[in-house]
Amino acid sequence: MTTKEVIIKNRAGIHARPAALLVQIANSFDSEIFLEKENNRINGKSIMGIITLGASYNTKLTVIAEGSDEQEAVDAIVRLFENRFEED
Amino acid sequence: MERFTVLDLLDLDLKEHDALNLKCIGGRPGLANTITIPEINRPGLALSGFFENFAHHRIQVFGRGEMAYIEKLDRENKLDTIHRMFSFKIPAIIFTYNLTPPQSFVEIVESSDCAILRTDIPSSEFSLRLIRELGTVFAPRKTIHGVLVEVFGIGILIMGSSGVGKSESALELIERGHRLIADDSIELHCVSGNILMGEGSNAVAAHHMEIRGLGIINVKQLFGVGAIRDSKQVQLIVNLEEWDNNKVYDRLGSGDNTTEILGVQVPTVLIPVKPGRNIPVIIETAAMNERLKKMGYYSAKEFNQNILRWLESENARNVYFHKKDVF
Repeated sequence: MTTKEVIIKNRAGIHARPAALLVQIANSFDSEIFLEKENNRINGKSIMGIITLGASYNTKLTVIAEGSDEQEAVDAIVRLFENRFEED
Repeated sequence: MERFTVLDLLDLDLKEHDALNLKCIGGRPGLANTITIPEINRPGLALSGFFENFAHHRIQVFGRGEMAYIEKLDRENKLDTIHRMFSFKIPAIIFTYNLTPPQSFVEIVESSDCAILRTDIPSSEFSLRLIRELGTVFAPRKTIHGVLVEVFGIGILIMGSSGVGKSESALELIERGHRLIADDSIELHCVSGNILMGEGSNAVAAHHMEIRGLGIINVKQLFGVGAIRDSKQVQLIVNLEEWDNNKVYDRLGSGDNTTEILGVQVPTVLIPVKPGRNIPVIIETAAMNERLKKMGYYSAKEFNQNILRWLESENARNVYFHKKDVF
């Protein structure tokens, strides 16, 4: 299992477009991917799950991946957060 | 769970028979007090000056009896015990029957940062509702991935890995006149130890579904208000999984498989998915079968009983009537 903490840096938080982007990337990996916010864990491959997480600006999230390509998956998702979902 | 304050209690979105009708009539700073346990206390003993085991961290409910006693103390100007009572840290006090406490009492309460609330509901009924609602607020919770639908009155939680067709099956069920509670992330909580209630984990996204190829759809707007529900008891879990030729699936349905969630055992069926299998119809049938079971009729067991009875009668016939006996 690989985990990494990220902080949301785009002003609008995770709304529909970033969520779609996230799911798209998550689904390209075989590993199971989860996002965790204050003990609230959701499936990283489900768009509604990610939106309902209610992750706003400066929220701390934990990216968790488990499976054959977990390291690549976490790296790719963290990169997405660092690039602010190509926003702002 | 985050802190649950007195203000959160006033903010609870309750309808009709659950409504608490609370209003704050004093001690506003006390609205920020945290309620730590889902219990209430009638402060009769404390009012009369007995403070051993005084459950001061609970919400205190004042009814007509307590009120009459406060008024008596107020008339006789014996407010010492009330001073003593509010030297304890009390989160909030609630007056039932729309009672209004005397000004001297309110001043003492306000000096201790305790919120004063009032409701028009009679004490016993109010206590019942408050305990029930606090029980829900403090219930153990868990968020899981799946779709919660109501089929023929049975709350069914459809689970399975992503892409197996949960949302599509739910959509077909809605189309057939069943109801959606929530898609994708379901918040479950356990009520009174044996009831598992489920609802959407987020009110904004509730009643929306994501269908591959269509994107996000609003079920309430598309199918009408009859196609949705806010919360429902989870009575059956349907696990969808890709058909595995090497796996043995239940052929009789006589086994009672259950899944434990938050300490509640929920009946569970495993349905293999394969092109050409009409999953919504199978889920509908599972729901009806579950209803029959609740009424005491077990399809598989009854069937077996009938087979046994038939075999027995056939044997008996063979003993008494031989084929060579010709009448």
